[in-house]
Order: sequence, then C-alpha cells, then structure tokens
Amino acid sequence: MEYLLETQEVVKQYANHLALDHVSIQVPEGQIFGLLGPNGAGKTTLIRIINRITAPDSGSVLFNGRPSVQDDIYQIGYLPEERGLYKKMKVGEQAIYLAQLKGLSYQEAKKRLQAWFEKFDIMPWWNKKLEELSKGMQQKVQFIITVVHEPKLLILDEPFSGFDPVNAELLKLEILELKDKGHTIIFSTHNMGSVEEICDHIALINHSHVVLKGSVQEVREQFKSYQYALRVKQGPETLPVLNSALFEEQGRKELTGGELEIRIKKQKDVSNSELLRQLAGQLDIISFQEEIPSMHDIFIQVVANHPLTSTDHE
Amino acid sequence: MSKLGLIIKREYLQRVSKKSFLLLTFLAPVLFAAMVFVPLWLATLKSDEVKNIVVLDQVGKYAAAFKNTDEYRFLPAEGDMEEYRKSEDKEIEAFLSISDDLLTHPEAATLYSKKQIPMGLKREVNNQLSAMLEQEKLDSYQIPDLKQIIDDCKVSFDIQTVKWEDDGSESSSSAEVMTAIGFVSTFVIYMFILMYGSMVMQGVMEEKTNRIVELMVSSVKPFDLMMGKIVGIGMVGLTQVFLWGILTVVLVSGSLFLFGGDATQTADLMMSSNMNQAAMMTSTDPTVLKIQDIIHSIPIATLGINFLLYFIGGYILYASLFAAIGSAINQPEDANQFMTPMMIFILFGFYAGIYSVENPDGPLAFWCSLIPFTSPIVMMVRLPYDIPLWEHILSLVLLFVAAYGCVWISGKIYRTGILMYGKKPSIAELIRWIKYKA
Repeated sequence: MEYLLETQEVVKQYANHLALDHVSIQVPEGQIFGLLGPNGAGKTTLIRIINRITAPDSGSVLFNGRPSVQDDIYQIGYLPEERGLYKKMKVGEQAIYLAQLKGLSYQEAKKRLQAWFEKFDIMPWWNKKLEELSKGMQQKVQFIITVVHEPKLLILDEPFSGFDPVNAELLKLEILELKDKGHTIIFSTHNMGSVEEICDHIALINHSHVVLKGSVQEVREQFKSYQYALRVKQGPETLPVLNSALFEEQGRKELTGGELEIRIKKQKDVSNSELLRQLAGQLDIISFQEEIPSMHDIFIQVVANHPLTSTDHE
Repeated sequence: MSKLGLIIKREYLQRVSKKSFLLLTFLAPVLFAAMVFVPLWLATLKSDEVKNIVVLDQVGKYAAAFKNTDEYRFLPAEGDMEEYRKSEDKEIEAFLSISDDLLTHPEAATLYSKKQIPMGLKREVNNQLSAMLEQEKLDSYQIPDLKQIIDDCKVSFDIQTVKWEDDGSESSSSAEVMTAIGFVSTFVIYMFILMYGSMVMQGVMEEKTNRIVELMVSSVKPFDLMMGKIVGIGMVGLTQVFLWGILTVVLVSGSLFLFGGDATQTADLMMSSNMNQAAMMTSTDPTVLKIQDIIHSIPIATLGINFLLYFIGGYILYASLFAAIGSAINQPEDANQFMTPMMIFILFGFYAGIYSVENPDGPLAFWCSLIPFTSPIVMMVRLPYDIPLWEHILSLVLLFVAAYGCVWISGKIYRTGILMYGKKPSIAELIRWIKYKA
C-alpha cells in the first residue's frame, strides 16, 4: 500500500513528560485515517510535528515516501481543534491572506475562495467582519480556509465540534467528497460514532504510545469476543440452559410477546454456519447476530485499562 | 510576495487604515498643543467681577496712591474697622488697614477679609505698596532724575555662542536650540518605544488568545510571524513620525504665511508644535538673522539619520522583548511581572536622558549612551553636541548587536510560548524554552 505520510519512531520529550514515545503510524494515500486517543495522549503533539510546527527529538516523518521538508506544508491543510481567525478583519480579505500564506497567488486564491463561498452559501458575508458572523458560519469559513489550497493531506482535528447536526452532515459529505477526489485525510476525534462512519484506518494513541492500529475492520475483528445475540420463540415449557461443545450460554432475558433473548459465546474455531446449524435444530430462531464491538467499546476498553496518571498532560 | 512580506503588509495595512490611527496622527499634535496652551490661556482669563478693597489709611499718603486694576478697585474707608467687620456687605472683598508710616514700621499694614485671602490679591497689594515705598525712598535721596538713571543701568545680556568647526570655519550655535532638539528626539523615541512596543505585545496576545496562531504556524515559521509583526508595526510608527514631520512643516509654513514671515514666531511655533518645553527653553528675543544662522547650524541630515538608526534599533530591541512577553502570557494581567523590569529600563533611560541635557558629556550620559537598553533614548540628547566618532559607532554597534540578540532570544520564547496555554510560565521556564530544539 502507498503511504502518503509515515512517522517512524517519533519521540518528543517536554520538560517533565514524554509526549510521544517511539510513535510510528502509516497513513495510506487517499484514505481517511482516524487518529484517536484520550485527552493528553499526545495527538496534538503528533499533529504539530506532522505540520512541522515543532520538530521531533528523534525519529522521522516521511511525506510521499521521503523525509518531509519545509515546503511540504503547502501540501497540508490543517484545521486545528482550537480554531480562531482575526475578529476585526473582513472575512474575504483574511481568507485570501491565509490562502496566500499557503502559497496561492492573490488572483487564484480569490477565484477559488469565491467558488467555495458560493457553494457554502456565505458569499453575502464576504465583506463582513468575522465577528459579525454566527459561530456556524465561522466554522464554514475555517473549513474553506483549510481546503482552499487543495492540499494532498488534510488534518482535521475535531472538525465536527461547533457544528449543528445539519451542518455536521454537510461537512461529513464534504469530507467524503474530498476523499473521493483523492485527498488523504487525518481525522482526529473523540467521537467514535463518526470514526466508524468515515474512517478506513485508525491509530489509537494512549500514554504517548500507539496502542492500536490498523484498518477499522481489522481492529474490530481483533476485539471481537465471539458473542452472539439470539432471539427465539419461547415454547410452552421452559427452555433448559443451552450448553454444548460448540458454545455456552451467557445469560437470557424475557421479551414481550413470548420472545426470549439469549446471549451465547462460541468456541473460537467454530464457524458461524456450524453454530447456526446446531442452534436451528433446537430452537425456533427469530434473529441471530454476531456482536462485533463498536469502536466506542474498543476505545473505552483499551483506554480504561491504562488510565492516565496525573503527570501526563498536554 | 514572500510570506514575511505578506505578514508585514497585513500588519501595516490593518493598522494604518484604522480610523484611530488617522485620528491619533492628525489630532495628537493639536491635542498636545491644546494640552499646553489651554491651561495657560485659562490662567490668563480674569473674572469679570471687580473686587472692592477698602483701604483705611491712618497716615493719609497711601490710600490715594493705590491704582485700580481690572480685578481690584481700591476704595477709601468710610468709618472704622469695627464697622466693616460687622458689615454684611458682600461687595467688599477685603479690608486693608495702614496704621503707621510703612518705611519705619513695615508691620503696620494688615489685610483683613472674611474669606481666605487669595494669592493674587496679596501679590497685588504687595506690589503696589512696594512700588510706593520704593518711590518714596528714591525721592528721599533728593537726586534729580534718579529714576531714569536706575532704569538706564538695567542691562539684559545674551551671549553669542560660536562653534569652531574642524575645517576652521565658525558657526553660530545655540545651546538652547540644541537642547531642545535633543529633548524632542529623546521624548519621541521614548514615547514610540512604549506605544509601539506595547502594540506588538497586544498583537501577539490577540493572535494567541483567539487561537489563530495555531493555524498561522502551520503555514509560516513562528519567527517570520513575530518579525512580520514587529516590522509591520514599526513601519506604522515611522509613518506616524513622518506624517507628524509633514504636519509640522505645514503648520510652520502656514504660520509663516499668516504672520508675514516673522521668523521669531515661526521658530517658536515650530518648537511648540513638537514639544512645548522646547519653546520655553529657547531664548526669547533673538533677531531674525540669528535664528536663521542657528537653523543653518543644525546638522539636520546627520540628526535625521541618527534619529532613524536609534529609533529602529531601540524599537526592535524592545518590541522583540514585548513580543516574547505577549507570547508567554495568557491574559493581560499576567504581563506585569515581566513588564516591570523593562519599564524600569525604559524609564531609567528617559530620566537619564533628561539629566544628560544639563551635562551631555558627563559620566551618566556617557555610560547610558553606550548601554543598548538606554542608548536610543539618551544618545539623542548628546548627538547635537558632536560626540567622539568612536563613541557614536560603538553605541550603534552595541545597540544593533543587542537588538539582534533580543530578537533571537525572543524568537525562541515566542515559538514555544504561543502554543502554550494554561498557567503563567516562570522565568525558569522561559529560560528552558530558549534552550528547546526547534
């Protein structure tokens, strides 16, 4: 697989704590990469190193397969978590200014920005001061500024915070469209629901270490616990506890309408069809579902096993 | 355009196009002049009301000799003191009793009033009585025309000062004008370092607190961001000085036109539009020719270039430190701890400058014009006095080396500080930031 960005054994030491300890991640080209982790894990430090805002103490960052250089920042668009713009400056003027700082010419910046402003329905605010805009509109401006120079790599840190559900949906579609156009996106968030929806790969950082990485599919596979939820029709007599060589029962719950929900755990090497064949012989099955853990559960499981100590902070 | 250029352009245009900048630039000189002249003008205003002073003259030769003024009317007493003490007459301001010959018994005159007696009244009575007694004494010598003789003996003298130039020529110099020029330059540099230095600090803090800095440093190097701000704001300062210069010229030529080319008034006006003290220090009655001579003797080009050099050096030195402070703190209240030492330096420089006016070659002036933190302020006072070339060069070299050093150190603090939120850093932490690897 082609990696647009790689970090290799990156270490960053601050005065009294180690922010990153031999962190290696690989971001595949053209995909959405979720950078996850609790507060203070070191995500922001890693993002700053990728953006060349700070330099690692050791280790290296590869961009396009070669060591990253200062000019690579023209290929990166960064939407910080804590974002702000010049309050007293006119929106259009400052968007052009920031686009110029990313290497666009004045004319090109203006042309592209006007197209984006039209698309997001905020053209009437072009000549307004930023402080006159609503928070949602400011967020849109922020997003436009991040993508206007059409960077190969987009780094979005909590992009959905501050958006209402309607605009969040709009933004999500925009992000997926950018992916379709071939942009690579690093997506940092706490919102695990959105990770499952849009991420292809993830890396989970905790305690300055990468504790989990891979495609979302792989990670969930890795954490599955071979549990199944069965819904069955209950007969006239009470069902005995289900146990066999293939699986064991974990618990049951009566539902309305004479239905029963049973949770079972199968043996690792038993296939689903084998399991189903045996169950079908005994029970009148309404539904049969493998319980794959959500990213949310995985996150909590991994992070809760290694709680942060008080000395770690960003 | 380079990124640094873009940043400078934004910082400059944003500030110069503000209404407050235009207002300050064009109103400040007017306000400044008003600040000086309005109290003076108010003090000369007399109240319309004429106050009555009753004079009870038991000797008989004084009461008639009092002259009425715009403010006071002297009336001979009708009745004795007790009557006036009991009287409810609001028209009478004070009561003057003279009970004996004042040449022999000076304590015999007393001024009574139901109110606290104002200084102006006391002075008026004193002056009039002194004049009467002086005249009486003069008359007692019985010398004819004594008054004229005495007036004739009063001499007002103003020595000419001439500087021997190295090329053997002579030029008129004026200690007063030189002092005034030095003082004005010192004051302007002092004011601009403070004003524009804190503007840099506010700008840095604004970017930090509204968090745009995180976005900025992903596009430009923090050092460029800091330098762009310092240079852009410095150019705003130079623009303002330049506009004030033009305004002064316009005012002067305007007054030249109005007063029909009266050089004395022109010179006075020129000084007062810069700095009123200057006008006060200049000699009061020079001839037209002398003024022109003196103006020719001022090395305008040299002074102008030096003003720019010291202005730029001093501004960069202090502005970079201001930028470092702005980057390190999170709220304006935290600034004090770091500002205090700097303010001490700047104020010390300012006072050293003022005292150096008296003795531009003394040890205080000498050392303070070499130390980079005070030299931009102090050296401007000494420059009109032709200091040795080596001192001048050494002072400039030290200033620019120190400014470079401050920019370097501040750049390091700034780079770390702008991305640090939370508690106020200690000095020890700032020093650690300087040592961080980029």
